[in-house]
Amino acid sequence: MAKATVRTILLVGLVWALLAQTVLAEEVRRYVVEGSKAAELDACVEPTERMRRMHFEFIKHQRIATVHQGIRGTKYSLAGCVDCHISYDEQRQPQPIDRPDQFCGACHAYAAVDLNCFDCHASVPNRSEDSPEAQAAHQALGLGPLGSLAQTHAGGGER
Amino acid sequence: MKDENRATHESTEHRGIDKERRALIGAAAGVGAAMVAPGVVLHAVQAQADPRSEPVTSDVRWGLVIDTAKCADGCSACVDACNEENGLDLQTKPGRESEEKWDRQKAVWIRKVKLQDNQTGRITNLPMMCQHCEDPPCVDVCPTGASFKRADGIVMVDRHLCIGCRYCMMACPYKARSFIHEDLEGQLTSVPRGKGCVESCNLCAHRRDYGEDSTACADACAAEGHNAIVFGDLKDPNSIISQLLKELSTRQIREDLELNTGVRYAGV
Repeated sequence: MAKATVRTILLVGLVWALLAQTVLAEEVRRYVVEGSKAAELDACVEPTERMRRMHFEFIKHQRIATVHQGIRGTKYSLAGCVDCHISYDEQRQPQPIDRPDQFCGACHAYAAVDLNCFDCHASVPNRSEDSPEAQAAHQALGLGPLGSLAQTHAGGGER
Repeated sequence: MKDENRATHESTEHRGIDKERRALIGAAAGVGAAMVAPGVVLHAVQAQADPRSEPVTSDVRWGLVIDTAKCADGCSACVDACNEENGLDLQTKPGRESEEKWDRQKAVWIRKVKLQDNQTGRITNLPMMCQHCEDPPCVDVCPTGASFKRADGIVMVDRHLCIGCRYCMMACPYKARSFIHEDLEGQLTSVPRGKGCVESCNLCAHRRDYGEDSTACADACAAEGHNAIVFGDLKDPNSIISQLLKELSTRQIREDLELNTGVRYAGV
């Protein structure tokens, strides 16, 4: 009888642990907008927890290197964020990433931070697929050839 | 015997089919290669142009040589190409502004200037942009360090630091800088732009960083067949631009200011 009880408790514990993990994974996924390229990947350019805490440090450091030293070949690029986290509506039109229901906008609205990156920076991918910028962003993300990007980015215009 | 004959007959038939097949496959392969080949070439070119991963150095100094004798009256190819490359054509006139005021106020990186010598009547056309001075007055006056000179000689604005005071616009002897007065939408990824910042020609800095050879204006001028604008490295004695400078009698505009400009003009 005692054995059976222990077994049941163990089993329940096991099931609970599994469920908890799934729920956690679901929770993590929730922040990534469905239908974006990022939703297909396990993590961003750094582990998720690190990205959550540090993404602004990464971008801020990168912007100085890019503007003053011309360094464009690193993985922390704002254009890279946009490329990967953008989502598309039914008409295949890209949705501006800073909108309150999109990746950047949703979290910044929740955290009550008012950033103005996208006052100046493009909030939708608008470079052509074969531009050196697009190639570089894609390489930095460690993704495959650009053909796959062309599929997902059908909504993005030439410019 | 009969069987053997049939076998021979069949094999000849097969040979016939094989030939046709081969021809077809050959043609298909040819078409395939023709379709793929441009892609392969494109890829090879891009493989060379890796994005910059090391900081720019002062081993190069980018500049332009402009031969005003070749600059055609009424041609605005360089201006149009610049506007498109750098998203300047995406600016829209605010409803309340008059056409006249908008023409004066909208951001431009290249202006076509027409000079007339009043004594002789000689007319000179030239494109005027940031002259990328070695000692830029805009950098001297900037209170925040937003206006700066990159190691490779490009004078540009770090919009993250620009507070829009416009001292640099007043300090520039070439009227090369513009101010963005209005909120914008649909900016290009490679050229961010926003209300409240000053900007000017940056010699297509994004092209420099992705290893491209030329600027939009020089390309457009060459495409028109004028070849009035030549872009290159002023420090490399073997570059086309250095050869041109050796050959042509060129001047810096406002030489008296001793700014040592990176843009030189012939025939002015």
